[in-house]
Amino acid sequence: MSSDLALKVEGLGKLYQIGQAAQQAGTLRERLTMAAGSLGRRLTGREGAEGPTTPLWAIRDVSFDVERGEVVGVVGGNGAGKSTLLRVLSRITEPTEGRAIIAGRVGALLEVSTGFHQELTGRENIFLSGAILGMSKAEIVRKFDQIVEFSGVDRFIDTPVRFYSSGMHVRLAFAVAAHLEPEILFVDEVLAVGDAQFQKKCLGKMGEVSREGRTILFVSHNLEAVQRMCSRGLLFEQGRLVATGPIADIIARYRAAQSDDESLGRFRSASRQGLGYARVEDVKLLVDGRPAGQVPCDADLVFECHVTMTPGHGGTLSGQTLEVTVCGDDGVPLCSVMTADDGGVELPAAQSCVVRVRLAGPTFVPGRYRLNTFLGIPNLIHADEVFDALEFEVLPPMHPWRATGLSRARGIVCRVGEWTLMDADTPVLTA
Amino acid sequence: MTSPQVTRGEQAVTARVTTIVQAGRRPLPALLREFWAYRELLYFLVWRDAKVRYKQTVLGAAWAVLQPFMTMVVFSVVFGRLVGVPSDGRPYALFSFAALVPWTYFAQSLSNAAASLVGNRVIARVYFPRLLVPAASVLTPLIDLGIALVMMFLIQMGWYHQWPSPQVILLPLFILLACVTAFAAGIWFAALNVKYRDVRFVLPFTLQFWMFATPIAYPASLVPERWRPLYGLNPMASVVEGFRWAVLATPPPGLMLVVSCVSVSVALWSGLHYFRRVEGTLVDVL
Repeated sequence: MSSDLALKVEGLGKLYQIGQAAQQAGTLRERLTMAAGSLGRRLTGREGAEGPTTPLWAIRDVSFDVERGEVVGVVGGNGAGKSTLLRVLSRITEPTEGRAIIAGRVGALLEVSTGFHQELTGRENIFLSGAILGMSKAEIVRKFDQIVEFSGVDRFIDTPVRFYSSGMHVRLAFAVAAHLEPEILFVDEVLAVGDAQFQKKCLGKMGEVSREGRTILFVSHNLEAVQRMCSRGLLFEQGRLVATGPIADIIARYRAAQSDDESLGRFRSASRQGLGYARVEDVKLLVDGRPAGQVPCDADLVFECHVTMTPGHGGTLSGQTLEVTVCGDDGVPLCSVMTADDGGVELPAAQSCVVRVRLAGPTFVPGRYRLNTFLGIPNLIHADEVFDALEFEVLPPMHPWRATGLSRARGIVCRVGEWTLMDADTPVLTA
Repeated sequence: MTSPQVTRGEQAVTARVTTIVQAGRRPLPALLREFWAYRELLYFLVWRDAKVRYKQTVLGAAWAVLQPFMTMVVFSVVFGRLVGVPSDGRPYALFSFAALVPWTYFAQSLSNAAASLVGNRVIARVYFPRLLVPAASVLTPLIDLGIALVMMFLIQMGWYHQWPSPQVILLPLFILLACVTAFAAGIWFAALNVKYRDVRFVLPFTLQFWMFATPIAYPASLVPERWRPLYGLNPMASVVEGFRWAVLATPPPGLMLVVSCVSVSVALWSGLHYFRRVEGTLVDVL
């Protein structure tokens, strides 16, 4: 590995005034009263500040170095400051204190479809988006064919993008961004959208970039992807950088911090990503109809999910699919069930609903398990994906049926074997 | 970390193209250098705005002409006919149209620029010099201005059978002055609008007052001679008088123009100063 630094961060901090941000949303009437109110306050000479605000350090005292060619994963729950870090480093917003020195041309992929205009065609948007991301016109012209090919929307390149499906939209946007040739790349959650095949393509492209010796700082809730891509990790907790080290250690530490007995059976949405128009609001493990954190291995696994449309987005849950994936303690998926499969249910044309799914026992060998949920249209639209939505513990069976007991060494899934004796030889008697 | 590592790191860092991310205002030359480096993006932003505008509107280019034209008709009837405002001996319709063309450009540019940062989703997602945004909003309406100018010459030559006076070749200078005035006021309003959303309510009034403070419906010669240089504090007064001088050979703006150049420079310099102070954190309050 080369010995020079690509990025040097010294005591970086970003202070937000909460309350300011809350003002941005709201109806016209609210805005009018707000405007009248603030004007009134100013006229009467009271308080220049716009209502009460609470200071919040989104990140603070963050210092680290990244060497050239390193691929570094940034790990932490929601609100830990990962995204703020990338926003500050990519100069979208200024830090409040500290500084960062970045050596080389910077590229940032914080959200896809950067600068796309609905009325313009795919071709026009490639030029616009490319220019906004920092490419020169000559560079875009040179890479135009590659971009179109990578996106796979060549047939519609002269169609306004408002006629594109959301999948095509994302593919085209990422294709532009992927052909930016920065020396340092900041990537945040862009891979959260798009179908699985395209995600793979994107990860492949990023791998290519890192092999070319470029530096990448990568934020994602998809720990598997982080582990695959990155060599080193930074662990963030509540705005502080709490650990750096080999990525496997960092992920292990992140997982350990997340799982304590308190949290068993409790829904958590720290690792949520997706478009967000619909969400999984709650997931419970039910034992005998009551929420629980532990379940015997020979009992049924029953999960109850509360699904809701995000207010302000049109439409209903109809057509969406809910998927529940049970993962091992290490995050490896063990099995998954979808409302669309197994003669399941269709989500209703409603704003919210509660669905239950039962996995007949015996289920898994005793130990810790985690649950991921997915809501949207599989392989197409990720409305909401919660990694590690629930952690639960499988206990030894209530009615032990195996003399040998259950051991992880023999496999994680409990299946009851139905044995049949087909043939038996007459014993050979030796005199 | 040991100190040798730090020095080694800093040496390596300074050897390459470096970006320093930190709080505080950047020096003006750095800001302008960066602005220049991104000139291609400025071109693309203008190109996008123009394309979208002419794609989305049914009448497209006709709007560029219709707005000043209708105002000219109303002004001609109300001020020209009914009130009988003098027009430096030129046909009132032409007299007012020559003023409404740059004014329409200015009003449109200023409104666009004032609203350009608020509601701009792109600047929250990617970094580029923020100054490009108001700059693009004052450049795009130049296309409309061009169309309106063609209309103006057509009226002058086709209807009134007059040729523009030879000083018409200096017209681009007054267009430039209008452009810089719109940009200077635009960055002020754009930056203020981010902090105080009241600006959006204040702007329409401001534009209305400003219009009456500019010799559009009346000639600047109505203002007493000795006050006229002071009148130049409003750069748009010089722009309008300059337009008329270039096209209709009315008296030249003279000393007024000098005062205008000074006042617009002050507005531009202070606007850039204020803009630099807020640009770093404006995304936080959008």
